Amino acid sequence: MVEKAMEKSRPLWDNPLQFVFACISYAVGLGNVWRFPYLCQMYGGGGFLIPYLIMLIAEGMPLLYLELAVGQRMRQGSIGAWKIISPYLCGVGVASVVVSFFLSMYYNVINAWAFWYLFHSFQDPLPWATCPLNSNRTGYEEECEKTSSTQYFWYRQTLNISPSLEASGSVQWEQALCLTLAWLVVYLCILRGTASTGKVVYVTASLPYCVLIIYLIRGLTLHGAVNGLIYMFTPKLEQLLNPKTWISAATQIFFSLGLGFGSLIAFASYNEPSNNCQRHAIIVSLINSTTSIFASIVTFSIYGFKATFNYESCINKVILLLLNAFDLEEGSLTADNLNEMKDYLMATYPLEYAQLVPQIKNCSLEAELDTAVQGTGLAFIVYSEAIKNMEVPQLYSVLYFFMLLMLGIGSMLGNTAAILTPLTDSRAIASRFPKEVISGVVCFVNCIIGLIFTMEAGNYWFDIFNDYAATLSLLLIVLVETIAVCYIYGIRRFEKDLYTMIGHKPNWYWKIMWAFVSPLLIISLFIFYLTDYILTGTLQYQAWDATQGQLVTKDYPGYALAVIGLLVAASTMCIPLGALVTFIRKRLKREQISTVA
Amino acid sequence: MLRALLLTLSVVAIAHAELCKPDAQNAFKVRISIKTALGDNAYVWDANEEYLFKAMVAFAMRRYSSKSTTQISNVLLCNVTDRVSFWFVVTDSSKNVTTVPGSEVEAAIRMNRNRINNAFLLSDKTLQFVKITTTLSPPVESSTPVWLIVFGVVLCLIVAGIVFLIISGIRKHKKKNKESTERENLEEKVEVTLENGIPCEALDIKAGHVNGVFAADDERFTSL
Repeated sequence: MVEKAMEKSRPLWDNPLQFVFACISYAVGLGNVWRFPYLCQMYGGGGFLIPYLIMLIAEGMPLLYLELAVGQRMRQGSIGAWKIISPYLCGVGVASVVVSFFLSMYYNVINAWAFWYLFHSFQDPLPWATCPLNSNRTGYEEECEKTSSTQYFWYRQTLNISPSLEASGSVQWEQALCLTLAWLVVYLCILRGTASTGKVVYVTASLPYCVLIIYLIRGLTLHGAVNGLIYMFTPKLEQLLNPKTWISAATQIFFSLGLGFGSLIAFASYNEPSNNCQRHAIIVSLINSTTSIFASIVTFSIYGFKATFNYESCINKVILLLLNAFDLEEGSLTADNLNEMKDYLMATYPLEYAQLVPQIKNCSLEAELDTAVQGTGLAFIVYSEAIKNMEVPQLYSVLYFFMLLMLGIGSMLGNTAAILTPLTDSRAIASRFPKEVISGVVCFVNCIIGLIFTMEAGNYWFDIFNDYAATLSLLLIVLVETIAVCYIYGIRRFEKDLYTMIGHKPNWYWKIMWAFVSPLLIISLFIFYLTDYILTGTLQYQAWDATQGQLVTKDYPGYALAVIGLLVAASTMCIPLGALVTFIRKRLKREQISTVA
Repeated sequence: MLRALLLTLSVVAIAHAELCKPDAQNAFKVRISIKTALGDNAYVWDANEEYLFKAMVAFAMRRYSSKSTTQISNVLLCNVTDRVSFWFVVTDSSKNVTTVPGSEVEAAIRMNRNRINNAFLLSDKTLQFVKITTTLSPPVESSTPVWLIVFGVVLCLIVAGIVFLIISGIRKHKKKNKESTERENLEEKVEVTLENGIPCEALDIKAGHVNGVFAADDERFTSL
């Protein structure tokens, strides 16, 4: 019997611009700001752009176009879309939803931290500018003395981090409040589906660029910014021979575009069927990469400023030490004559100088610039350290953390869309509950689980999720997606679909990339990751040691390794399980039909 | 007569030299960084400034012990270097040729540190008494942390937005229900089901099996 498809008309974006902004808002995220500059620095400076752009053309654009086209054609979330491609592939959709679920659990914690820093920016002086005093007010807190005030603020006052993963500690109520606020903000944005999301993405997509431009102007005019820029852009072309460079470029393009989560499929499913997704795919991927490069210019001018500041402080400390030790006149030792004066003093007062030698640090600008940092360390420690030394630091601090918030919320909108679209598409759930309730339940569940990351050991769990929840699974998901579209659905059928949608068939570049190059790239990435995991043996993490004031490496305990295994298995196993379940269902149906007939 | 005077003077000078020398008992080293503090407005450290310093130390001793016996001549300075740094001791005129205990001097200086700093337009860092630790001023703390106030404001705004959107959504839903029930009462419901903009009726002519292999429930027909 034919079922009547009683379908309300699917909500659409008000105009194609909303769709493009939504994709940009989702793809341009924190990774562009805190991962790309690090990779650029590690793998050859300006030379890194070569593998990066090659991978963009070989991998980024084709896969993005593929996902957008699938979503726009099938007009369903990830589960429905892959079911249409082939009923045995419903597992791929489920795997995407599971990975998105893991991601949204831990990603919003970053927004909570951004809120925390943002609220603390309304003080003079900034709370991370100075160390707090110890109990008898004769000096600064011991932990803060050993490390810097910005690191102390991050590790002690924000995270209140415990010395290891095993020491869980209690939930930090301040962080829990910020996390709740972050989820309320996300709920407000997704409450009405595309109607509300479509308006919000105008802000979340454009505001970060305004802030980046302000920071670019401010950053380039900072003292010492040029040092950072020269350091970054001097190409070290010998790094091109290092295979890790190419792998990092491929990985960065892959994860930066947010492929495989189902968010792009979800966004594209709300498009008009005749939307030119080819043009949009090219635009979005180009904007994403350009933003990465733009953000790294800003980051490196900030690096240069911070490194120069620290270098000059170091020199001034050495000068003061020598002035005090030898009672020389103020101003006789400057940065320029320091080396000659050091030799002179060593010759004239050999004994006293020898006593001082352990205290005299060798200040080096290169060493300061070489401290490559990525991730939360860059965003919350390095940047806040640079900001505290600027004029009117409160203004720059507010702008910067507001930008981080916009980037984070933009990505969260995509993540939640990836979870909600399949749920609202499924008639079983959507008919019983309005979408406000479904969104509310998803946000609430995520918020409760996210409280784990606000505990004292929360940052260690965050690192586990960040490193393992999405990496291997996504590679597998996208690999299956590409092979499914090219070989199971058939590339000719896909061509015809594209022809009906946008009016012209994709040319040979797209077809070659989809059929051969991208799958090969993903397979090699996959093999690399697996061998890397196997070769490293035990997995380790960085724990904060309060007594030393620095990070130390520790091994993961058994149950943490089990959780990692579960995270990876939960999503990857969905693919074969889905195929198996569908197969069994069809066998049962066929037996039913054959017994009836 | 003259010889006796000379003798006493030299004895006093030697005694002073004995009392005030680097690392002497109850002696303190002072380090002054005028150029760092004042830059272009830096003054030169000369005998007048030394006199002022002796006066300030005497003032501090008087204020601390509340007996007006300390004179400027009781404060001895020595070993002035280019840095500018020097040593000083405070002698006790009541007991001949002895110095006031270091703890008293330290306490007196601590109590009047602010006055001494201001006399020289310097700060705790630029007028440094080596071995006398300063009491650091605590940062200004308001009763309610500022961040909670900002948090409260933002939270109220967001919750207001959510409540507004939910209520307007419920109202719209109710209005739509009322309208649809009105329409039901007025006319016969004509159900037009749409598939990609094409009425299903036109496509729904065939009555037969749907091939289960292709999950045709969701099969989309390409638009015309």
